[in-house]
Amino acid sequence: MREQLSVKELQNKCVTLRKHVVDMIYRAGSGHPGGSLSVAEFVTACYFHEMDVDPNNPGWADRDRFVMSKGHVCPAQYAALAMKGFFPVEVLDTLRKEGSILQGHPCMNKCPGIDISTGSLGQGLACAVGMALAGKLDGRDYRVYAAVGDGEAQEGEIWEAANTAHKYGLDNLIVFVDLNGLQIDGTTDEVMPNGDLAAKFRAFGFDVYEIDGNDMEQMVAALTLARLVRNGRPKCVCGHTVKGKGVSFMENAVGWHGTAPNEAQWKQAMDELEAQYVQ
Amino acid sequence: MSEVKMKATRDGFGEAIVELGRANRDIVVLDCDLGKSCKTVDFMKALPDQHFNLGIAEQNAAGVAAGLATCGKIPFVATYAAFGSMRMCEMIRQEICYPNLNVKLACSHGGMTPASDGASHQTVEDMGIMRTIPNMTVVMPADYVSAKKLVKAAAAYVGPVYLRFTRDALPVLYGEDTEFELGRAHLVRDGKDVAIIAIGDTVHLAVDAAAELEKRGVSARVLDMHTLKPGRRRLPREHRQGRHGRGPQRLERPRQRRLRGSGGAWKGKGAAHRHSGPLRRERPV
Repeated sequence: MREQLSVKELQNKCVTLRKHVVDMIYRAGSGHPGGSLSVAEFVTACYFHEMDVDPNNPGWADRDRFVMSKGHVCPAQYAALAMKGFFPVEVLDTLRKEGSILQGHPCMNKCPGIDISTGSLGQGLACAVGMALAGKLDGRDYRVYAAVGDGEAQEGEIWEAANTAHKYGLDNLIVFVDLNGLQIDGTTDEVMPNGDLAAKFRAFGFDVYEIDGNDMEQMVAALTLARLVRNGRPKCVCGHTVKGKGVSFMENAVGWHGTAPNEAQWKQAMDELEAQYVQ
Repeated sequence: MSEVKMKATRDGFGEAIVELGRANRDIVVLDCDLGKSCKTVDFMKALPDQHFNLGIAEQNAAGVAAGLATCGKIPFVATYAAFGSMRMCEMIRQEICYPNLNVKLACSHGGMTPASDGASHQTVEDMGIMRTIPNMTVVMPADYVSAKKLVKAAAAYVGPVYLRFTRDALPVLYGEDTEFELGRAHLVRDGKDVAIIAIGDTVHLAVDAAAELEKRGVSARVLDMHTLKPGRRRLPREHRQGRHGRGPQRLERPRQRRLRGSGGAWKGKGAAHRHSGPLRRERPV
């Protein structure tokens, strides 16, 4: 069932998701908070507004698919899956532990609700294209959602996949590009400038919606449009986001790409997030 | 010697895949602009709805295949061995073998067979690379007939398979009724003094060598070890040497020009170590 919460409800879900992200990475002692926080609105909107999934039947053939191409930010997806009921919320405490279903990068054979294993950047989008192509072949009406990082867009395979999505008219594919402007070694402009990614996806034949990716209202509007417009063109939502969004000391800070908070930082982050619930 | 029919193993793939695609609509072919060379043109003509040409973009083809496989399709990615093993290597590792998806890599131009194309297209590393990746099954048929049979066996097997074919024609060794089983060596000819274990385009060389040996009074058994991986830890009892086996006294593996990392480094070695017989690497006949 598609669970279409209101924007306010989604904003609050998103705060809870962020708290789970910070909490599980703190407990794991390692992980990637920055990107997990920047992509939070997209993940929340997908699972609580857009996607038709069944926690009791994760392999349901007609479900909408989610591909976390930037696999290192899986804590955001794990949190959404737990909140949806794919597995108990307590399981989030096992992130990155040996034997856990919640591996450091997502594993489809271990974790219910993960549609493809990812982790090596640039590869997920091609898999999403394959899923969307299968949907077309079988006449199934599902959508495939893929989250791609702006740093990740430096990988050539992303553009090979974009070509393919265009060639086969995959209007059941919705790509979210998380334009947080940072990657491990610095800003994307310093490391390898992407130029105008929205224009690039447009040139590759996508319908592009450029939004503030941390604004839930804009996110819901763009995803709704992307879902409903079936015009033979793949969809791309380019979301300008803030890496580390929601936690003051993590925002726009390169150092929080792949660092876990210490106890004091964890406490401060949780307090800051707690104050963000909308009444 | 009687007249020998010559045919490339890639032709066997091209014929088998059409039959498979007709029988099972979930079988799809992903080409990388090498359909003519990889012999998928007949498939494209016969089953256009199950055929996708993804252009000169092999990495993407591997990923698309993985995505299709998660939705119940059985994709065969057709390209050359150099690209199907090394260009897509990490995509095979991450998106196909790690999730253990039902993707087949059907690669022509394996080994030294595209001789006239030069070193860029001669693929001597692929078997070694592919066999190190967990969950991968690695197969190289010895002739046209076994290629057809093993492609069908690979389609019936659930999991990733790397199939390697030759560009150049090879002698047709087997009758159409010959049966082949993935993972099980095929006895090409029996002998009691030595056994030669060969794979792919070296099997016919082993057969020739056995004939030569016979002239010199040495009885040689030839095994077609078409499945490089997974190998049984032990050779079937009837092929083992030493006290417990009933096999020949010595095991030989024809030295391939691509020996390191390929079959040569594997099958006979384990068998020899476990069954205490002398083992020699031989130069090509």
